[in-house]
Amino acid sequence: MTKVAAMVGTDAIAEAMRQINPDVVPAYPITPQTSIVETYAQMVADKLVDTEMINVESEHSALSAAIGAAAAGSRVMTATSSQGLALMWEMLYIASGLRLPIVMTNVNRALSAPVNIHCDHSDSMGARDAGWIQLYSEDAQEAYDNIIQAVRIAEHPDVLLPVMVLMDGFIISHSLGRVELLEDQPVKNFVGTIQPPYSLLDTKNPPSFGAFDGLHGYYFEVKRAQAQGMLNASAVIKKVGTEFAGISGRSYDFFETYRLEDAEYAIIALGSAAGTARTAVDELREQGERVGLLKLRMFRPFPAQELVDALSHIKAAAVLDRSDTLAGSIGGPVFVELRSAFYEAEKKPRLYNFIYGLGGRELDINMMKQTVETIQTGMSDGVVQSSVAYLGVRE
Amino acid sequence: MTEIRWHARGGQGAVTAAKMLAEMALCKGLFFQAFPEYGPERMGAPIQCFNRVSDEPIRTYYSVTQPDIVMVVDPSLCDVIDFTSGMAAGAQVVINTGECPDTMKEKYKLYDYKVATVDAIRISTETMGRSMPNIPMLGALLKINGLFSLEEAKNFTEDYFGSKFPQKVIEANIKALVRAFEEVQVK
Repeated sequence: MTKVAAMVGTDAIAEAMRQINPDVVPAYPITPQTSIVETYAQMVADKLVDTEMINVESEHSALSAAIGAAAAGSRVMTATSSQGLALMWEMLYIASGLRLPIVMTNVNRALSAPVNIHCDHSDSMGARDAGWIQLYSEDAQEAYDNIIQAVRIAEHPDVLLPVMVLMDGFIISHSLGRVELLEDQPVKNFVGTIQPPYSLLDTKNPPSFGAFDGLHGYYFEVKRAQAQGMLNASAVIKKVGTEFAGISGRSYDFFETYRLEDAEYAIIALGSAAGTARTAVDELREQGERVGLLKLRMFRPFPAQELVDALSHIKAAAVLDRSDTLAGSIGGPVFVELRSAFYEAEKKPRLYNFIYGLGGRELDINMMKQTVETIQTGMSDGVVQSSVAYLGVRE
Repeated sequence: MTEIRWHARGGQGAVTAAKMLAEMALCKGLFFQAFPEYGPERMGAPIQCFNRVSDEPIRTYYSVTQPDIVMVVDPSLCDVIDFTSGMAAGAQVVINTGECPDTMKEKYKLYDYKVATVDAIRISTETMGRSMPNIPMLGALLKINGLFSLEEAKNFTEDYFGSKFPQKVIEANIKALVRAFEEVQVK
């Protein structure tokens, strides 16, 4: 049985957290994540959860406290956004290096300067090599579902890595939408209880976490093991995504395809843009265009081979990036990685990159269709304009 | 799908009205969105918020640029913003004003559109004791788009405000809603 509710994205996250009932939530508020922390603090005050909520003085402290609590063997969750994630930077690597299964929502927001509170993916894309699993959400429903699955993924003994669940700032976080909520008990059964392999508080078998390792120590081996955890995560994410259908009727994979099988052209997007892309695909199909969508959910680990398999029959694809690497002409993070994934492939589509929506600049359906037109024209003229374009920028 | 754009000033409760409409759609088993255009929150500054209501899942996530219905919650905005932007011929505009639809049609050259007017400030002042045009505007909207019957809207408002406000306030809100529902002039 599910309950359908009208909820903003931040409340959907808080509700999932209430059902999970983590042991510890250290958090610091930042727009547009604030209402997650506010709502959850209210739940703690109302004794709807047993969570020890730690109010800290900064995001750096929030993640530091999360790391301490997780090393003690607790189930720990937190949430942040933008500058908050930036301030967590050094601790991000420590959380993943210590193999602590922390689950964190990051509400995607641009990074300063100039100051901007609106949605783009610069914050989480900047953290893409910090050793965290990253799951992107199209809407509040997916954010809710991803949070519940994230607990299982993070704590799986083959993985033991922190998971970041991403949700578009304002566009989803502050938009009232339809969310199907699960009942408490199935969620509690699904996430189970945490079984930490080591605990700081285990005085009979005292472990050390992240101690100074020296030049001839095991740093390299630890990093290699971390890479293995990320490799292992794929299978676990797939399995958990399938099992989740058992309690919700909704299954999850690395990515979702829509009308892609017989498509000549494809749009590749993550986050809320995928929804708008889906509508564009429908409208273009009505006009006889063979267009499909690939919505990327899992950016870390990056499902390179699966993406190649799913897209190799495509003539040309528009890859949408809501952040830029600012690295010259190589394009945004999704584009760079996808293009790299295709390097060894014999059959590959022509890939075009559209960097859009920085600082909350709106992406509407006409712009979405424009990307398809551009790649179609590029293919028919045989004249390849720049592979990387900025969509919706005022030139 | 019905797409609605609200023009108001910060503090007039338009976001609340849009959220209430979304919850009403939920009660009807419909799909919906309600979201504001975010910016610095300043009381009195022009703001926009949006609704989408549909019997199918809604997958677009950007502001409403081609509205079926435009709600002008503050009369002074008519002279400040282009509230008809993106409206197709035959689209509906609902304006908070004491003037009749014909007058507004002439004054703002709204010949291509359906125009409705409701004196939401007077109604809210008389029922709630202060200028809070959101609930009367919602009442006028419900009359026009027929999503909820008056009885359903009354029950909904009672439930919606039930836990948050004293009975006196709830009754005043319902009164405002009903009066706007009955008094809105449609042309």
